[in-house]
Amino acid sequence: MLLVLLVVVVLNFLMLHLAPGDIADTIAQTMGGADEQDMAELRKQYGLDQPFFIQLFNYVVRVALLDFGHSHFYNLPVFDLIMERFPATLLLVFSAQILSLFVGILLGVYAAQNPYGLSSLFVNMFSLFGYAAPVFWTGILLLIAFSLHIPIFPVSGMRDITIESDNFFVHFFDVLRHLFLPMITLASIFFAYYSRLCRASMLEVLGADFVRTAKAKGLSKKDVLLKHALKNSLSPVITFAGLSFSAVVSGAILVETVYSWPGLGTLAFNSIISRDTPVLLGILIFSTLMVTVGNLLTDLTLKALDPRIKI
Amino acid sequence: MNKHFLKTLLLTATLIFTSLGVSIAEPKKGGTLIAAVGNSPRHLNPAVQSGIVTGFPGAQLFATPIRYDNNWEPQPYLAESWEISDGGKTVRLNLVKDAVFHDGVPIKSSDVKFSLETIKKNHPFKTMFAPVVSVETPDEHTAILKLSSPHPALMLAMSSQLMAIIPEHVYGDGQDPKTHPQNSENVVGSGPFKLVEFKSGEHIILERFDDFFIDGRPYLDKMVLKIIKDPATRTIGLENGEIDFYAFENVARNIVRLKKNDNLTVTPDGYAAIGPIDWLAFNTKTGKTADVNVRRAIAYAIDRNFILKAIMLGVADEARTGIHPGSPFYEPNVEPYNLDIDKANKILDDAGYKKGSDGMRFGLTVDFGWPGLKPNAEYTKAALKKIGIDVTVRASADFPTWAKTVSNHNFDLTWDTVFNWGDPVIGVHRTYQTSNIKKGVIWSNTQQYSNPKVDAIMEKAGVENDMDKRKALYSELQKMLANDLPVYWTNTLPYHTIYSKKVGNPPMGIWATSSPMDMTYIKD
Repeated sequence: MLLVLLVVVVLNFLMLHLAPGDIADTIAQTMGGADEQDMAELRKQYGLDQPFFIQLFNYVVRVALLDFGHSHFYNLPVFDLIMERFPATLLLVFSAQILSLFVGILLGVYAAQNPYGLSSLFVNMFSLFGYAAPVFWTGILLLIAFSLHIPIFPVSGMRDITIESDNFFVHFFDVLRHLFLPMITLASIFFAYYSRLCRASMLEVLGADFVRTAKAKGLSKKDVLLKHALKNSLSPVITFAGLSFSAVVSGAILVETVYSWPGLGTLAFNSIISRDTPVLLGILIFSTLMVTVGNLLTDLTLKALDPRIKI
Repeated sequence: MNKHFLKTLLLTATLIFTSLGVSIAEPKKGGTLIAAVGNSPRHLNPAVQSGIVTGFPGAQLFATPIRYDNNWEPQPYLAESWEISDGGKTVRLNLVKDAVFHDGVPIKSSDVKFSLETIKKNHPFKTMFAPVVSVETPDEHTAILKLSSPHPALMLAMSSQLMAIIPEHVYGDGQDPKTHPQNSENVVGSGPFKLVEFKSGEHIILERFDDFFIDGRPYLDKMVLKIIKDPATRTIGLENGEIDFYAFENVARNIVRLKKNDNLTVTPDGYAAIGPIDWLAFNTKTGKTADVNVRRAIAYAIDRNFILKAIMLGVADEARTGIHPGSPFYEPNVEPYNLDIDKANKILDDAGYKKGSDGMRFGLTVDFGWPGLKPNAEYTKAALKKIGIDVTVRASADFPTWAKTVSNHNFDLTWDTVFNWGDPVIGVHRTYQTSNIKKGVIWSNTQQYSNPKVDAIMEKAGVENDMDKRKALYSELQKMLANDLPVYWTNTLPYHTIYSKKVGNPPMGIWATSSPMDMTYIKD
């Protein structure tokens, strides 16, 4: 595990080092120019004038001591910057993942009941649309529809800063209102995966002997479908959900940019553009952690669904 | 006095006010302005950080000695008056007596001295205060700037976001001012608004500073600057009324779209000093573009009108030189290089660049510094094909990648947007000075252009106090540059300010939002 983490850190560092340009260039950009002396000073200040291996060694040692360093761009501790934004991303990613699973499974079950009917076709089309449409495009369309023409949801941010109430629920509902569109947008990519997977899995299970037995026992259609068939067809869906967790995290970068959601995605995007290596490396370590936790949750869910599975 | 006379008087008064464009409405106090900004600033201290992103909050948090009106005339701000003597080598600033910083400590001449010295040492625009040798402080409210040579650019350099007066008792504590923790948190400023909260990438909240040195100002209680990177999201926010104000919009299709909205005012006014110009820069040192004939042929083959109408959708202005058309130094009577394909072909033929069997003479590359300039680069390929130049468009992954390529002089042609920053000494000279050919430094003389006569004119214009003589020198400079053509200037970057009808007195001077918004208010 530690070896994997070391490899991740080294590879990330190498890749970022290979990208042309550095923080001195981006600071010059934000300044509207800079002279040679300033740029040399900046490179010296951030240790960029040292050989690659020394920079790498220094970074690995610091990370081992749980010191993620300072952001070159914002001049703030990387850990603070990440922790400030981590909850927002966590909220977005988990809510979108849960929503896409819930809706995906619902659509899959619905489609499986009449696999070649019109409703199934509709479900397929709907989910494939979400899958095929670029996420930023879906985001903008939803904004035009529900922020401009039917102004129910805000266009950006995570909270309304002008609210001056101390009431927890006022702020809670404010965050929910801001979360709605980004969550739907991010979830839309995965509706297709989960609904189609669930449909296929359900169809297979519905043809199995134990379902026929359940039907023969005279159980209601609802019981057969939900208690027997669904439970047994969920494993592939949950497994896939765990595997696609990293894709949700990367999808969050685009969604956060469209909705100015103050999460790690926008920070990562800015850090790439500004060559803010310490922040980007910190985010990569955190997203690795987030994906690992996501996978662990998947395993636990699978175990709950199927006691034969051992962790 | 009869009724008829009174009616006539009233009508005349109304007509005079209307014709002068004077708003009769009294600014209203109170209210919150919700503004959008397109990027997150590194921090909020404009004394050590340039750029328009820091400029917006920076000019609200920090006052400068002077400010400028719409006609490029300096006006009192923190300095209630000033005297220039000794042929421009001594500038005396008489400071407002009762001005205080946000922590209540009085603003003294020693703070002016400290600020100027800090800026001179740390700000990237070294030419702003280069001739300032010392600052004398005979009393608490007088600062005397001693210069080694006359420096007319000094006045503009003391305005806008360029000379923020920062407190010595805070930023002079021995820490590096560039990385001072109070650049982002607990900022102690001298301007009309003080900082409530700065969350990078999210928002900046400012509130009225009650002890601001101009009585009754600012009018607004609060300013909320939301950081929204996505242009489409900002546009929707302006359309649905969630955002009241956005400056520096330059996406042509958004400007055209927002102009159709009856609840919004969209104006290009207020950017003359910022002075952004789009241009095609040439490598004048190596490759085919080292030949001035090639550069001229390229300029004749590129249709500036096509760029203005088709790419900029009619929202940008023509720029024939490297000085912004809104500047008093702009000289439009230079060779405009209007589209003339035959002439372009003839120049190349005469210069010995014969077409090959495939109809092509030679190949060149074109880069672009900003995503918005991609259409210009693609158009360049199509336009130059007509004169037998095979252009390869090189897309850079992002700004640092492009900056690396161009600053190391590994390019033939590149599209770029460069700012004037008020006086030509600050933002124009750097592109053409021989002494500013510096490898690895973006927005230096990356064209590697060198002409001793041009250098001499810039040196002379930089110290000329007489405005008319200075204008004549810059006119000559622009004609010489248009002749040598190290850069082919095409248009102004179409910066626009968009604001809701409920916003009164938006910043319409020469510095846009890089100026204090103490007079901006929210109408009923």
